[in-house]
Amino acid sequence: MSNTTSRPATVLSVRDLSIDARTPSGLKRILDGISFDLAAGETLCLAGESGSGKSVTSLAIMGLLPKASLRVASGEIRLGEIDLLRLSERAMRQVRGGDVAMIFQEPMTSLNPVMTVGTQLVEAIREHQDTANAEDVARRMLDAVRIRDPTRRMTQYPHELSGGMRQRVMIAMALSCRPKVLIADEPTTALDVTVQAQILKLMRELKQEFGTSIVMITHDMGVVAEIADRVVIMQNGKTVEQGDVLEIFRRPAAAYTRELLAAVPRLGTYAGTDQPPRVSSAPVRPHFPKPVLEVSDLTVTYAGKSGWFGRGAEAQPTVKGISFRLQAGQTLGLVGESGSGKSTTGKAVLGLIPFKGSVRIDGQDIAGLSARAMQPIRRTAQMIFQDPYASLDPRMNVGTAIAEPLVIHNIDNASERRDRVAALLKRVGLTPDAAERYPHEFSGGQRQRICIARALALEPKLLIADESVAALDVSVRARVLDLMLELQEQMGLAYLFISHDMAVIEKMAHSVAVMRDGELVEMGTRRQVFEEQRDSYTRELIGAVPIPDPEVYRRNLRS
Amino acid sequence: MRVLNEICRQPTALFGLAVVVTVIVMAIAAPLIAPFNPDEQMFDGLTLEGAPMPPGGPFLLGTDTLGRDLFSRMLFGARTSLIIGLVANGIAVAIGLFVGITAGYIRGWAGNLLMRFTDLMMAFPALLLAIVLAALLKPSLWIVAMVIALVNWVQVARIVYTETRGLVERDFILAERSLGAGHGRILFLHILPHLIPTAIVWGTLGIATTVLLEATLSFLGIGVQPPDPSWGNIIFESQSYFQAAPWLVFFPGAVILLTALAFNLVGDALRDILDPTQRGRG
Repeated sequence: MSNTTSRPATVLSVRDLSIDARTPSGLKRILDGISFDLAAGETLCLAGESGSGKSVTSLAIMGLLPKASLRVASGEIRLGEIDLLRLSERAMRQVRGGDVAMIFQEPMTSLNPVMTVGTQLVEAIREHQDTANAEDVARRMLDAVRIRDPTRRMTQYPHELSGGMRQRVMIAMALSCRPKVLIADEPTTALDVTVQAQILKLMRELKQEFGTSIVMITHDMGVVAEIADRVVIMQNGKTVEQGDVLEIFRRPAAAYTRELLAAVPRLGTYAGTDQPPRVSSAPVRPHFPKPVLEVSDLTVTYAGKSGWFGRGAEAQPTVKGISFRLQAGQTLGLVGESGSGKSTTGKAVLGLIPFKGSVRIDGQDIAGLSARAMQPIRRTAQMIFQDPYASLDPRMNVGTAIAEPLVIHNIDNASERRDRVAALLKRVGLTPDAAERYPHEFSGGQRQRICIARALALEPKLLIADESVAALDVSVRARVLDLMLELQEQMGLAYLFISHDMAVIEKMAHSVAVMRDGELVEMGTRRQVFEEQRDSYTRELIGAVPIPDPEVYRRNLRS
Repeated sequence: MRVLNEICRQPTALFGLAVVVTVIVMAIAAPLIAPFNPDEQMFDGLTLEGAPMPPGGPFLLGTDTLGRDLFSRMLFGARTSLIIGLVANGIAVAIGLFVGITAGYIRGWAGNLLMRFTDLMMAFPALLLAIVLAALLKPSLWIVAMVIALVNWVQVARIVYTETRGLVERDFILAERSLGAGHGRILFLHILPHLIPTAIVWGTLGIATTVLLEATLSFLGIGVQPPDPSWGNIIFESQSYFQAAPWLVFFPGAVILLTALAFNLVGDALRDILDPTQRGRG
């Protein structure tokens, strides 16, 4: 616990907050005796992995707990002198958006899509302030969040703005009533790193300008390091540890905190190496330069609304004539921000969407092949998706799901398949009895292992991993990455590893290709891209990655 | 077996199942149970003034305006109504599923054509269509069932279409395609099971509407031909005597309501039991 000597006044104080969830089998405690104080002008981070209760805490402060399923069991939340938990709904409405404001993870869904940005902003201001000139205030707020040409922006609809711009609007809206406390629930998680860096910087500056205290909820220790003054580490609804951010990063007291910090990928950890770290004792495979994937002049244009995966009409090609090759047993990291076309490239490479140009898998050109002609090639190349839950049929048990590829390709009889499924489950670190259960009974990391097992069933030479660890908690992520490395060492797999996360790419890849707006801006070995990059965008991308070390930021701020 | 066990654990579902089974058994055993010939116009079935007899006495549920025993008529009417409710509705859901899935899965111009046809059917007054169809074909129980099926599939198709489109976009379908699964496999193993809940809900909800649609057709003279009874036409035949002989409307009405509710309860329970994602919860 941190010492509280000579700290500025406490704005918000949470004491012994416990929350129960109503389940069919009775009440289940999901938040257990959480206490923390927020001092004036302070940024406090609630950090933890999924299920830690950090978001529930923030909803409780806002009085926004879903009453049908959650119930405050005990505790108090004091804002100055008032206990928010005892306020009536009417009084709470005054507090919300007035004294306490909140911004959410997904700025697109928290803005009303059929109202202009200006109207929404003005409405929020009128709700809490008696001002004749709300438009003026709105314009000044947009200006404050560094949006250029606010008068024009106010007439635009949310979909006309970029993700970062929308989050700025949300911040403007939240700060427009000069709240004492701003609660930010993963405000940068849905944003690209370069945009994330801008938003975090903006929040730091606005905290000064508006004198607001910030409660920031995040899973990302890099973000914690960058923005927090103090941090509360949470796990399974309990506080593990809290204190000054420098203290916690320098001398974590709890084992869980140490684990969490150790699992955080740090860009630069693997600097000066030419290949991913070795994780198994499998003999190093002699490297024959034999390409399993050759892509040349790949162009993908979504055909608008009639396409299989078309989301809205897009006349511009999403991928503009890119070429690369991937050797057996190697990993090519394909990195880029959202909208760069990296996922589209992954799908096109497997022939899941129509494309122009040539894609050769294991020497065979797949351009224009029918689904039937593709069938044998599918045994060579498989895909692991971003969201393991979404990519498993929820109505099919895990054993059947993993056996699917064997059934489709007519391999083995039923009992042999069962043995093979058991072996595959063991291979990815699960027990064979998992076969009888359904995807919803597993955790995120386990589900991704199931997806990997399914992809491995056909013994492919090439795996395309599309943001395969992006949806996982850091500690789980590290283990899944290690599993993938181990499989590569033992089976000689080649990975096309698509990710927005530079640290993950640095760990996994032999060579790296940087994508932007459908083009490859830079490609080279890991050493070339991470240490001797020539392209300015690559440099910007690497520079924007939050470093999980608060001292670096303090130093930068001082200088 | 598991399904039955689960149903027994839910009181509402058990009640529903009990009602459904009772109705079906009574319909099948109608000739054995019925105290009178349902079509016989009995002399002592009317009062001296010629009014129907109220419930009680030899006529358990009273008699209708022609002096026929209401209870017997309802027993035999259950046969007609169940056939209409189950068969007509079943066919309607099946057609709806087929059209909806096909259109949602193949899309393109063929899918569009199917859905525009569905829209056309939706815009066309269902009753008018039924009248035309029934007038062209010689009325009989099975023809009426067919006509009702041809009118009622449209809403199912519409809903299934939307759901299928959503499903096709889901990652697990993409994953299936990347494994090399053929269309048949994707459709039957990965899309159809997800539509079963919708089909069950629509199937059970549709029972009441189809029973009443049959009654409407009967009333217009193009449904089940008199003197064959159905729950619907018992109500329609006697609606003008509602004030004088309320039991003539009340009993068949209550039975339709109860049966529809019972099917609904069973359907809801089935939907939850068959959903593996609900298993191990709670």
